Amino acid sequence: MAETASDRPVVAAALGGFTPDVFARHLESAPSWWHERKRAAYSRFEALPMPGRTDESWRFSNLSGIRIDGFTPDAAPPAGTAAASAAFSLAAPPMLTFVNGRLASRGELPAHLAAKGVVVSTLSEAAARSPELLREHFMAQPQKLGSAKFAALHEAFIADGAFVHVPRGVEVDMPIVLIHSASGAGTAVFPHTLIIAEDNSKVTVVDHFHSNDTLGQFACGANDLYAGHGARITYAAAQCWSLETLSFQFNSTVVRRDARVQSLNLHLGARQARHESLSQLQAPGGFSEMLALTVASGAREFDQRTLQIHQAPNTKSDLLYKNVLLDRSRTIFSGLIIVDPDAQKTDAYQSNRNLMLSEDAESNSLPGLEIQANDVRCTHGATSSPIDADQAFYLKSRGIPEKAANELLIFGFFEEVLCRLENEELHAALRDLVRTRLGR
Amino acid sequence: MSEITDTLETTLENPVSGIDQSSGNFKYDMTYDFDAGTGLNERTVDYISSVKKEAPWIHDFRQSALKTFFAKPLPTHWATRDLENINFDKIRYYLSQGQKPKRTWAEVPEDIKRTFERLGIPEQERKFLAGVEAQFDSEAAYSNIKEAVSKQGVIFMNSTEALREHPEIFRKYFGKVIPTGDNKFSALNSAVFSGGSFIYVPPGVKVSHPLQAYFRINAENFGQFERTLIICDEGSELTYMEGCTAPKFSTATLHSAVVELVALKGAKIQYITVQNWSSNVFNLVTKRGLAHEEAEIKWIDCNIGSRLTMKYPGVVLKGRKSRGEVISIALANDGQHQDTGAKMVHAADETTSTVVSKSISVGQGRATYRGVVHIPKNLKGCKNNTECDALLINTNSRTDTYPAITVRGDRHAVQHEASVSKVSAEQIFYMQQRGLTEGQAMSLSVNGFINDLARQFPMEYSVELKRLIDLEMEGSVG
Repeated sequence: MAETASDRPVVAAALGGFTPDVFARHLESAPSWWHERKRAAYSRFEALPMPGRTDESWRFSNLSGIRIDGFTPDAAPPAGTAAASAAFSLAAPPMLTFVNGRLASRGELPAHLAAKGVVVSTLSEAAARSPELLREHFMAQPQKLGSAKFAALHEAFIADGAFVHVPRGVEVDMPIVLIHSASGAGTAVFPHTLIIAEDNSKVTVVDHFHSNDTLGQFACGANDLYAGHGARITYAAAQCWSLETLSFQFNSTVVRRDARVQSLNLHLGARQARHESLSQLQAPGGFSEMLALTVASGAREFDQRTLQIHQAPNTKSDLLYKNVLLDRSRTIFSGLIIVDPDAQKTDAYQSNRNLMLSEDAESNSLPGLEIQANDVRCTHGATSSPIDADQAFYLKSRGIPEKAANELLIFGFFEEVLCRLENEELHAALRDLVRTRLGR
Repeated sequence: MSEITDTLETTLENPVSGIDQSSGNFKYDMTYDFDAGTGLNERTVDYISSVKKEAPWIHDFRQSALKTFFAKPLPTHWATRDLENINFDKIRYYLSQGQKPKRTWAEVPEDIKRTFERLGIPEQERKFLAGVEAQFDSEAAYSNIKEAVSKQGVIFMNSTEALREHPEIFRKYFGKVIPTGDNKFSALNSAVFSGGSFIYVPPGVKVSHPLQAYFRINAENFGQFERTLIICDEGSELTYMEGCTAPKFSTATLHSAVVELVALKGAKIQYITVQNWSSNVFNLVTKRGLAHEEAEIKWIDCNIGSRLTMKYPGVVLKGRKSRGEVISIALANDGQHQDTGAKMVHAADETTSTVVSKSISVGQGRATYRGVVHIPKNLKGCKNNTECDALLINTNSRTDTYPAITVRGDRHAVQHEASVSKVSAEQIFYMQQRGLTEGQAMSLSVNGFINDLARQFPMEYSVELKRLIDLEMEGSVG
């Protein structure tokens, strides 16, 4: 008897504030074409357990920080919310701006791009215009990194999202900027970006996630990147949620023959953030470059899980995740490279570097390999160390004060990653975000 | 020039000449005086304890460990599901010929000697009269401590004797480095342990000859649960070696040892293992050392045999400036899974740890590195360096690497590096055009891969290792 009583709160905690009633209300506001998928997603969310203590894919995570009650989906933004993000200084105006999950404003796609068939629209618009593309690519990849429950929650409650479609052979010459923002206390948002780059096309997409206030919110976002044969996608995401926010972000990248995807995730916000990134190299010649930079301060936790799956011969992946740890912050990096039995000539790299700037900070690295083919080159490395004493001494001997010297060295640490971006403007904009975050 | 031709000549000979390849494929009928039957319950433990005429505290220790064993689940949430194939009810947990450890070779029964002879032991025996603790099934069938060693005050006896004769020394550390509840298999060992060596080296004594013990399994369905505890008092030094080969049997056998090392201030312990169980053995071993101030513990661990080995030698760096090191070589052939690694727990300032692991996967073999490096808060000046290299021989070979590194604070330097590669085609081509067969070239190349680690073994062991690798590489190409 006692057991049944204690069972109940566990079930409640597993749904948090996202009870069947709340879901039913959400369905009323959702377009009807989505209902069936959303119902299926909600049942998955209901059925799956919350991550447990012995769950390997949640090893080292602070599970007590993951509380999903007290949040409201579909919250109307408070009156007078300005959705612009002043901090992000790119010349190109944002194409789509979402506030609390709904489209708030849109920029105009240059005529020459529209003429070539490039589409930047909401998911709802895409559902009307090209439902087959949505069916094929929207949340179509497996959830392999531990958050199947939260991915189902995302799909059940998503209000709308961004859809970028670049037709065969078209090169988009400007970065497509998308803004996803959240306003109000306890708001739950489910941002989504779907990028489909058809064969031999080229596109750069920037996602900017931010809060319009400093209140606690819940962000549960996902993005799907699909690079057709010979396509090139550059994807940058700047995560600047308020410092009280609980954030989940699930990335899935599919790389086809000779395609190349470069993704860079900048993690600056949130109280606790988990980012899962899956790259599937499905055809020969594919290359996925996975980059991330994190500034962790206060008592924040950044939990990053990655998986590079080489499913075809002659594919390449290169991962570099760098963390700067201040105060009592924690970071977790858990990466895995899987080389399938037939994926000979794989070239895979994985590196996690932690710059420890505080006595109380904690870094956890779990770089993993699972190799089932023999003709491969796979290496990984992980380091955790403070600022190099020789470098600090050199700057000091040149008369640079310690604080400025440390700042220089932190930027130098990040620069190795930012330099990999070809777009200078984007590089500078992301560096500015880091500078603002570090408050210097 | 002459050096080069010398090496070539020796390699050109049949690499396995002089090795009886059928060794390991035999079994002598044994008559066991004491037999606890199969299966495990409180009565089995009572029985073992009474046969060994143990003090009540050991009996209680065993019984509480048994409860822990039953309470703990198999660690299959991270480990291989192959563990589920162990049938704990079909295992014999204790049998013995009821003989006391013998002091001299002459007193050892003839049939046991014959088994040793087939395994090539007598030669080793002559070489290592310094200290042999040969375990035959659960009791030490033979033990010989060189006069000089005991004159130095070194205590070297089997666990049963040591707990009876020197409880004042061993009780203090027994089960302290590896608590009963550390994992399911350390609990199992704590409940049913028998055999193994207990060694105490007095302050300042440097044992010049390596002490050695051979462990063997020679009964179907019989698990071996030896327990080893080595205490090196302040400033002393010891090298200990264990090696094992086992006759082949049809049903799976369980081997689950617990080895605890304690290095007091400034002491140095080197523990060397060559594991070559037959390919039906589950080898689930817990090994850990506790290093006090400025002490040094080094594990040299080589795994070639068994069906599944799970072994992660560890060092708890408890004292300032202590050092821990793990050198690991693993070779996984068809049907084998070598799940090995290292655990480094830093618990004091300025502690240093090093892990070097090299694994080779042949055929459908699977080699796994699993490691833990832990540096908790409020420490300074800790260093860890980990290197793991994996070599894959065949297209369907498999290797995994799962390290976990936790660092707190900004005064430590930790780095981990791993790589996976195959034997270089250029190397093989070069050797082939110099007249070696592909198999010989492959064997030479693999031996080269582990050469810098193998050199750290005592000479006899590294020779044996080279031969074992030659054997394992046979038929792996083509």
